[in-house]
Parts: sequence; C-alpha cells; structure tokens
Amino acid sequence: MTVIVTDTGFGPDTWTAGYGGDTALDLPSDTDPVQLVERLAAQVQMIRIAFPSFADGRGFTIARQLRLSGYKGHIRAYGHVIADQYAMARRSGFDDVEISEELAARQPEAQWLARANWQQNDYQARMRGGSPAAA
Amino acid sequence: MYKYNDFDTAFVTERNAQFRAQVERRIDGSLTEDEFKPLRLMNGLYLQLHAYMLRVAVPYGSLNSAQMNTLALLAEKWDKGYGHFTTRQNIQYNWPKLSDVPDMLDALAEVGMHAIQTSGNTIRNVTSDHFAGAAADELEDPRPVAELIRQWSTDHPEFQFMGRKFKIAVGAATKDRAVLKAHDLAVRIVKNDAGETGYQILVGGGLGRTPMIGKVINDFLPRADLLPYIESVVSVWNQIGRRDNKYKARIKITVHEHGIDDIRARVDARFALIRPTFTGADQDLLAEIKTHFVAPIFRSGGIETYDVAYKADPVFRAWADTNLAEHRHADHAIVTISIKKHGATPGDASAEQMRVMADLAAKFGYDELRISHEQNVILPHVHKSDLPAMHAQLKEHGLGTANIGLISDIIACPGMDYCALATARAIPVAEQIATRFDELKLEHDIGNLQIKISGCINACGHHHVAHIGILGLDRAGVENYQITLGGDATWSAAIGERAGPGFAYDEIVPAVERIVGTYLEIRDNADETFLETFRRVGMAPFKAALYPEAIKKVA
Repeated sequence: MTVIVTDTGFGPDTWTAGYGGDTALDLPSDTDPVQLVERLAAQVQMIRIAFPSFADGRGFTIARQLRLSGYKGHIRAYGHVIADQYAMARRSGFDDVEISEELAARQPEAQWLARANWQQNDYQARMRGGSPAAA
Repeated sequence: MYKYNDFDTAFVTERNAQFRAQVERRIDGSLTEDEFKPLRLMNGLYLQLHAYMLRVAVPYGSLNSAQMNTLALLAEKWDKGYGHFTTRQNIQYNWPKLSDVPDMLDALAEVGMHAIQTSGNTIRNVTSDHFAGAAADELEDPRPVAELIRQWSTDHPEFQFMGRKFKIAVGAATKDRAVLKAHDLAVRIVKNDAGETGYQILVGGGLGRTPMIGKVINDFLPRADLLPYIESVVSVWNQIGRRDNKYKARIKITVHEHGIDDIRARVDARFALIRPTFTGADQDLLAEIKTHFVAPIFRSGGIETYDVAYKADPVFRAWADTNLAEHRHADHAIVTISIKKHGATPGDASAEQMRVMADLAAKFGYDELRISHEQNVILPHVHKSDLPAMHAQLKEHGLGTANIGLISDIIACPGMDYCALATARAIPVAEQIATRFDELKLEHDIGNLQIKISGCINACGHHHVAHIGILGLDRAGVENYQITLGGDATWSAAIGERAGPGFAYDEIVPAVERIVGTYLEIRDNADETFLETFRRVGMAPFKAALYPEAIKKVA
C-alpha cells in the first residue's frame, strides 16, 4: 500500500483504473518531455512520474513541461519524494505525491502539511504576476 | 543597495524556520543523513575536513555597513573571530556548530541577508562586476538585473535538485571583471546596432577538471525575454544534462556533447512555451529594483589633500598607484582594500577588520562595500580628499597593503587546510610566494601578474585562468604542484597552458621565481605585462627556465 499526499494531508489512492490501460501513463524520470507531449493521447487522464531518488529532480521539469504544453489531467509524483519537496512538486504542476508507508511513517503527515502553504512565499508567482510557475 | 520588501522578509523568515525544523528533523530521524545533505547545502551549510562551514551569500558582492557589521558579529559570536571572502563574492565561516546555524541565519535575516543556494545542485549566488555602479566603462549598473535573477532563481521549484550546480554572472562593462566566460551562463548587458539595450547570453563556460570557455548562445536578447530565456536554458539542461557521472554533469559538458546549435534549438523550442508565462510582472519588478540602485549624490570639493599626500608620502603613493581605480566621477576613486597582506591567508578578514571597513564605508564611502571575486573588499565611491585619512586607518588595522593586481594579490582556495576534497595545500603556497616577493622588493617592478592556486582538480582557485596558475595534486601521497601559464580571466579569456612536470611543495616557490625572473629578462620594456610577454614569446623561454635539466639532456 502507498499513501497519497495532498494539501489536506494523507489519504488513500482514488485512482482505481491502474496504469495498464490507455488512460494512464507510468513514466520514468528520464522521460523526454518534448517527445512525451508530441505523442500524448487525448484519453490520458493520469500521468505518474517516478522519483527513483529524491535527488533526481528531472520529474519537476517533466511535470512543468506537461502543464506548459496544455495537459490538464492529473500528474502524480511517485516514489522517493520527501516532505521538503512537496511545495516544489505542487509549484511544478504535480497534483499530489505518492509515497511508501515506510516513508509516511518516518515523515508523518504534519511534516507534509507544513508545506501545504506552497502558494505563499513564492518568488515565481511574483515574477509572473501572481500565478504559479506551471499555470 | 537593494532593501528587502515585505515579501523578501517573509520569504527568508519562513525559509529559516524551515531550516531550523530540518535540523531538528535530522536529529529525530525524520530525515536521513542523505536526505538532510542537499537541504543543508541549499542553505549554505557544508561539511568540511574538520567541521561544518557556513557560506553566506553576498548577492553580486554588494553590501552596506550594517550588513558588514553583522558578518563581523557572526565571526565573533559563532566562529573563531574571522571569515573568509570567496571567489563567488561570498563569505564563509569555517567553524560553526550545527546547532548554532539557525541562529546565525536569523541574525543575517535581520539585515536582509541569507545563505540560500550558496551550495548544492542549485542555481548559485549570482555574481557581478565588483566595480558595478562606479566604473567609468559600464553601460549601466548590472546589479538590478543580477537582483532580478537572484529573486527568480531563489527557491525555483524546478531547479532545486539538478544534476549539478549552475553559476550565473552578470556584466555590463567594456572590461570583464566578473570572469563571465567561465560561467555556466553569463549575461552581458549590451547595445545593438539600433541603439537598444539587451543581453548577450553565453553558456557552457566553466573551470573544474574540464575547463571550457563560454560560447554565445544568443547574441541579442530583448530585455523582457531575459528570465524566460535563462529558465529555458536551465530547464533544457536539467532534463538532458548527464546524471550518470557528476564530473560530466555541468552544462559545459552538455554543450560540448550536443553542440551549441543543438542546445540553441532546444532552448528556442522551450522558450516558445515558457515566454508566455511572463506577462510583464518581472519587468515591473525590475523597474522597482532599479530604484534601489540609484547612485548616491556624490559630494563635490577640492582634492588638494590627496595631491599633497600623493606627493609627500611614498607609502600612500604606492597604495594609491595600485589600489585605486578610475571612478566615473573624476574627483572620486574606487578603493580596493587588500585582504592579501603578505604572509597572511588570502581572503581572510578578522571581525575587527570587518568593523573597520564597515565604519570607513559609513564615514567615507556612501555606506557601500563590495566583495570581489579576487577576494578583496571594495569601497566603490570615495571622494579623493578622504583617501589620506582613510589610508591611515587602513594601515593601522593591517589593511593598507599596496598590492592589488600584483604578484601577491593571489586567489587561493582553502585547500587541504580546510577542504575535504583538496589534495594539496594552497594557502601556505600563497603565503610563501607573497612573502618571498615582498622580500625581493620586486612586485611593483613586475607589475600586473595574477597567480591563482587550486588545491585540487576542481579548480576553485581559478588556476586555469591565471597568468601563472598553480594546481596542487597528490602524487602517491606527496603534494605535487603543476604550473600553467598564459591563462586570462577577462573578456579575452584563455585557459592556461601546462608548462610540464609538476614541482614538490618546497620547489614551487623557486619555480615561480624562475618564471618571473625570465619575464623580467625578456620583456620588451617595463610596460609589457607578463601576459603580453607570454603571448609574444610563448612557452619556450619559461620552459627552459623551469626545466634546465631537460635542456641539458637534449644538448
């Protein structure tokens, strides 16, 4: 089981269609966002991007490119994302973060909720007249 | 000088609270050591050879007296009474306790300072011309653009966990005093043929183990396009830059492997997506930032006291000849205070010295100071009539050394005295070279000569772009120093050429002496600098002086 982190804290996974069909994509962190956008099918509603290590920040660029290219569906960060990266993930265009129960136990809900104010203190929003970087 | 607004203050306060919590979460096990490491690094905290090191940002090297006094306070209260000015115009403290660091950051925040992104795989503290706002040869003050880039890069959500660090510099003068061509990305404020001001952008410069000179990726960028363009460059690199080998991760390697034309095409495509997200708020912000950098109202008045002291006092004259630079107002001067006293650690200043410099800036310098990448402190605006009184006070505190641009004005990395990466000592070599040439009383005769020393292949001491570069390596447990000649850190940038086999620790100072002796013998006249002579005659005569045995063998 995994834990889904949103602005309101921990919750269960509500995406029930899995990643085997044609409505969801499960992508590694070295995905080329330019090619991804070119081939993106209209029925895709969920894109999950892997963070094999929290130090691999390529996922932030992939999510942002998806948003800039007009993708309106769900984007999820999956794997080793730490609470300190929650605001970065949200600002880059992710809707939520999927973490293991082990990580959720080590970094409990309060540590993630401490970053739920990601819309505040955001230099990027200031540079862009109020909207977050990925809007 | 930039003053924090409510947004900046709230941001830094929140950030410091987050870091304080991160330290506690490391202690209670919420964060593993691996997870804590990049978080402390992006807040300026390294783990060195003997202790933690805190690197405080001095954005584009500009600060006021209250900020300098706070740097003194940090040195005294939480460190060993001194700080070390760095080649990125920052200051670092070598002995802080982890538990004290959150308090140090709070003290900095009170005067509008921080340590954010002075380390880690982030966009680092932006650097600029240390004579900005005072130099006669600049198109405009580059600091507002540097401040805009500071704000844009701070906590940028896409760029906090990149493959490697990313360094940006901004220049606006005819002369390059910010080593623009050795940066991951350089912004040069220029005018085009139509008389419009814009930006020339270079990418892929860098030193380290694979030195590269930056290449022009965009010759003229309109002003409103700057942030989206830089963002596109960093975004492309964050995606395609290599992550399999940290020594091949910098953008210089990406540019080298893909070619500048391929990178330019990728950047242009991304720019098309990113540009529309900037709707002009950044330009309003830039206009507001510019109001912070309005030049002071320069006082007028005669400069007789200066003329009298210059004629009568040879010590003052020697200092004036080396440490003053031309100001855009003829009755003012740009003063460089040498933090390179002969025999002392280059770039180290005591808390007392910091306070003296802060007081002098408040009294004579319109409350402005600068840190140079050459590890000196600058008072950018001083009326010439105040110079004799100021020089007298500098001398009293060990700050009167007249050696700017001379052989003892050495850049040296901390080397094996502090750094966990170093393979050789750098500071003692710098101290010995400075002491030796001071004894010989030759350095004013030698004239402009830049020696830069790195204690390992990562080249933090900028040895690649030194006139005489020294690289300390470890050869089977013994320090060995390689010499390069002919490097250039300015707009005519060049990577120095290796002279030959390295020298032992006790051979390196005599080797430098032989190089300098050769130069003095073969220069055309006293006005031909070392670099000019090297470019005229090449390596051969210097090689002959360095390796006389090899010549004998051939004969």
